[in-house]
Amino acid sequence: MPNTKYDQQMEFFVDMQRCIGCHACEMACAECETNGQESMIHIHYVDRASTVQTTVQVCMHCEDPACANVCPADAITKDEFGVVHTANSSRCIGCSNCVLACPFGVPQKQEQAELMMKCNMCYDRTSAGKKPMCATVCPSQALFYGTREEIQKMRPNSTPVKKFVFGQQEVNTKVNIMMPKGSTELKIH
Amino acid sequence: MFRLIKTLNRIALIKATVAALLVIVVVFAGSRNLQNYDAALIGYLFGTVFAVFGIAYRYSVWLQRPPTRLYWRRSWEFLLSKDFVPYATRSLKLFFRNILFQRFIYPRGKTRWIGHFLLATGCLIAFAVTIPLTFGWIHFTLDPDSDTTYIANFFGFPVSTFQLGSPMAFAAFHALVWCSVLVTIGAVMMMKRRMTNGGLIATQTFDGDWLPLILLIAISVTGLGISYDYTFLQGRTHQFMAVIHAITVILFLIWMPFGKFFHIFQRLAQLGANIYKVEGSRRGMAKCPHTQQEFASQTHINDLKDVTKDLGFDFTLEDGRSHLDFSPEGKRSALAKAHFQARKEGGHFFG
Repeated sequence: MPNTKYDQQMEFFVDMQRCIGCHACEMACAECETNGQESMIHIHYVDRASTVQTTVQVCMHCEDPACANVCPADAITKDEFGVVHTANSSRCIGCSNCVLACPFGVPQKQEQAELMMKCNMCYDRTSAGKKPMCATVCPSQALFYGTREEIQKMRPNSTPVKKFVFGQQEVNTKVNIMMPKGSTELKIH
Repeated sequence: MFRLIKTLNRIALIKATVAALLVIVVVFAGSRNLQNYDAALIGYLFGTVFAVFGIAYRYSVWLQRPPTRLYWRRSWEFLLSKDFVPYATRSLKLFFRNILFQRFIYPRGKTRWIGHFLLATGCLIAFAVTIPLTFGWIHFTLDPDSDTTYIANFFGFPVSTFQLGSPMAFAAFHALVWCSVLVTIGAVMMMKRRMTNGGLIATQTFDGDWLPLILLIAISVTGLGISYDYTFLQGRTHQFMAVIHAITVILFLIWMPFGKFFHIFQRLAQLGANIYKVEGSRRGMAKCPHTQQEFASQTHINDLKDVTKDLGFDFTLEDGRSHLDFSPEGKRSALAKAHFQARKEGGHFFG
């Protein structure tokens, strides 16, 4: 990667219970230049028949990304800051392995372009010391980008967690999810 | 040095050596024991043999990765099945559409497609012209009965004749000039993208993205220099032009297996991925337990369970199902539900 001003003190914190489903993040995400003006964030109802709860999902930037591991074309890479980048467009063969293997359901396949795309934490912005687009517009701070001290001050009754359990598999990530104070992990199944 | 040799992949090394030796064999066969070989091209031949060795080595290592191996195996299994004719026809169509015309780039950007198409077409025609010449498969002779008739020989056999100074001769002898023009225009268009697109500026690298374009332009410009020299300078600078062009081409050949140009060979896997998708859909779709919608072929999901296990991941759940049985939306909802439950049990939804 070229010279960057990526600030490793800054972290991403997600609290989907705070998501009000306004879609501001989705609009803002499309402004990110590394996505080619495609919105990469996922926002949808969790179970529309029984609740109005919405959820928001950015790429969690796993320590050992399943998407990159299952890619047959070596198109997905993780950089020295822990950012897992969207597929290298010259290599991606549009097979959808990453779309189906990601435990968080993040990568998207652009069918026409036969290309996988995903959130890369607004690398055009974060590498210049700015905040990701989605986090700058989220009105309820379901998406927050800042330092650990800042989030602790704002959410004294919560703990950021970056360990997730999917059955037998434990996944550690760069992005945090805000959990009840004292939590160490989030067990999904 | 010994440590380096020890770390080499044995299977890949054997395959690469066989591929490189095969090139030497076809050079001997095509040039009739080198009697028709143009010695001026020997540097290019050494570069090509190295490139073949490197590409075969990397390709072989690449195929050993579990997901690539799976696609490779499945693609051939589906292609060579009882449905060979429809799959071969489909692959052929896709070869023209996606490999020769790179139409999948068009939805990514019109100008991007035009730029890529120009430089790829220039490169592919140039390969088609130069490889048979470098291998000694094609050589030209003068008709003994006429000093204006040229004969093109393939593997030592005459295949066509044309008059010197004819349009055919002009087109044939300037084929690489047209290629250089196409490549230069295409490469400049791609460079402009890389100078103006904010996303590319943030993520591009010199060796990964700029060097290939610089090399292509260097090859094209130095190649045009040879034509310029014999057309306008009576060949006065031929040696300089020939040497500097050879240096750029040989650098390109040596670097081919390591850098961005390897995607030319990887791209063919897209044909296999397409057959895999079609055959998978035919065999039956997987339904997400959360959304109750079909989202991928069951074959793909089952294969991914095996591949992820090979790679050290185990998404098996306590009830025997797998997290991979869920669609992307189902996975996101499962995470949201688990988060809701944790917050609920914690006593505060907004901590």
